[in-house]
Amino acid sequence: MAKNILAILEQREGKLKKPSFETASTAVRLASELNLEIEAIAVGNEITNLVEIGDYGIKKITHLKSDKLGNYSSSGYSEVLANFAKEIDAEYLLIANTALGKDLAPYIAAKLNAGLIMDAINTDSSPGEIIATRPVYAGKALVDVKFMTDKKVLTIRPNVFKAVTKDKNEPEIIVKEIEPTNLKSKVIDFKKSESKLDVAEADIIVSGGRGLKSPENFKLIEDLAEVLGAAVGASRAVVDAGWRPHREQVGQTGKTVSPSLYIACGISGAIQHLAGMSSAKYIVAINKDKDAPIFNVADYGIAGDVFEVLPVLTEEIKKIK
Amino acid sequence: MNIVVCVSHVPDTATKVKIGDDNKTINQAGVTYIINPYDEFAVEEALKWKEKAGEDSKITVISVGSDNSKETIRKALAMGVDDGILLKDDNPRDSMGIAKALSEEIKSHKFDVVFCGKQSVDYDAGAVPQILAELIGYSCATVVVDLKLNGNKVIAEREVEGGREVVELELPAVIGAQKGLNEPRYASLKGIMSAKKKTIEEKPAAQADNFTEIIKMQTPAAKQPGRILGTDASAVPELVRLLREEAKVI
Repeated sequence: MAKNILAILEQREGKLKKPSFETASTAVRLASELNLEIEAIAVGNEITNLVEIGDYGIKKITHLKSDKLGNYSSSGYSEVLANFAKEIDAEYLLIANTALGKDLAPYIAAKLNAGLIMDAINTDSSPGEIIATRPVYAGKALVDVKFMTDKKVLTIRPNVFKAVTKDKNEPEIIVKEIEPTNLKSKVIDFKKSESKLDVAEADIIVSGGRGLKSPENFKLIEDLAEVLGAAVGASRAVVDAGWRPHREQVGQTGKTVSPSLYIACGISGAIQHLAGMSSAKYIVAINKDKDAPIFNVADYGIAGDVFEVLPVLTEEIKKIK
Repeated sequence: MNIVVCVSHVPDTATKVKIGDDNKTINQAGVTYIINPYDEFAVEEALKWKEKAGEDSKITVISVGSDNSKETIRKALAMGVDDGILLKDDNPRDSMGIAKALSEEIKSHKFDVVFCGKQSVDYDAGAVPQILAELIGYSCATVVVDLKLNGNKVIAEREVEGGREVVELELPAVIGAQKGLNEPRYASLKGIMSAKKKTIEEKPAAQADNFTEIIKMQTPAAKQPGRILGTDASAVPELVRLLREEAKVI
């Protein structure tokens, strides 16, 4: 069999989401660069929008279907996916580095005795193999890594690789009914968080720090986030003080994010915070202290009082929306 | 209950990273090392489980690394862990190599539960708990922010996009701790003193080939500092204009 790449696509609540299209597109690109056959696969029960994958250049997708796998099960998913990878003798496996992908990839790599590179932000195929660039030390450094194994599992950071639509194309969908045997670990419930958007997925993040002075004042951050359709982020200081939940923390020991726009309000820019957000495409800083390190990474800054600037910014943006 | 915690000795998060002469690792000069922050949550959870399970329970701490890792093992011992094992290897290992060394040791004991940090803050892969679980045949949940034990059943809440997954699994299990799982205790003076008398067994880490190789390490291109548009709200219209017309992000 020709060398091949398997794009593992994630469904949530029965739908493929954006990171899956990024994975599909990246697999198509890598397949053409390295002259690989391409296979795509999704695990779940009903998946309503599988056909959309065709627009990203995927011609054939296998749907491993079971009513027991509608929700994620690390043991169940890794078992059926590793079995499929063995069946088609997959050389490369590509997964988005989402909560599910990050969890799943190591299990599959262990089952296949494969090399594993997590959270790539760039790939270079010019040496005839994949060299992946990934952040280490929360982004304070980058490493170029290569595989030393026949089987290779790679996860790619969401929001970094482009989902490129090609010509309209209806993919062949092969549905395989399966019976998972290993459900040692399974999701039995999901507790939705109150915040609508997660910092790890958001295209725009409005983040607040100690400069907000009290948890109540985060209303200013929430208002701006609301008009922008943005997620609310927080610095470690305010999370440790109990003002905001940990899931909103950006930086080392929080989340590393790469949104299009990051607005840092009342955040001085400790090295751990900068590590987690410096790869945002555009950074805006609003901080009273003009010498705050956050201005060193900001594209645009206002060295003024957040309590004065934020309400005006929220109003101005309302006007144009 | 027989409990093990896996810990890793890592550069302090306040470290300003400089690249070493080999262009593959960081320059260690002047770098302070600490117990991996996520591992502190793992140690704390182990201590809480032991307190609940009763006095005949025991906690062992294991680390893979050089002699320097003993400092981090001692830190766990000072927090209240009973004894330590250092699996010695001076060479860096990838997630697979670390997990293999841990699995060989853990297989030779009968542990009911393995606690790890969900990732170490140096290489950040977050893959060791899962690989380890796979290699020793335990069930696993990682990025865990809430944990309950009910007989043989474990109910773990994992942090994911937009909320928490509630996962049911059975012992024996590997648990990867996320910040928020608990509030790690400080080592008491008594703890620190008694840690000096606790044993750290040293043995070579099981051989394992790395499955990946770092070719090059570099610091990201420094961002050019941008423009300060003003010192009060009068700069807002210009900011909005730039975000729309120049950056095109809103």
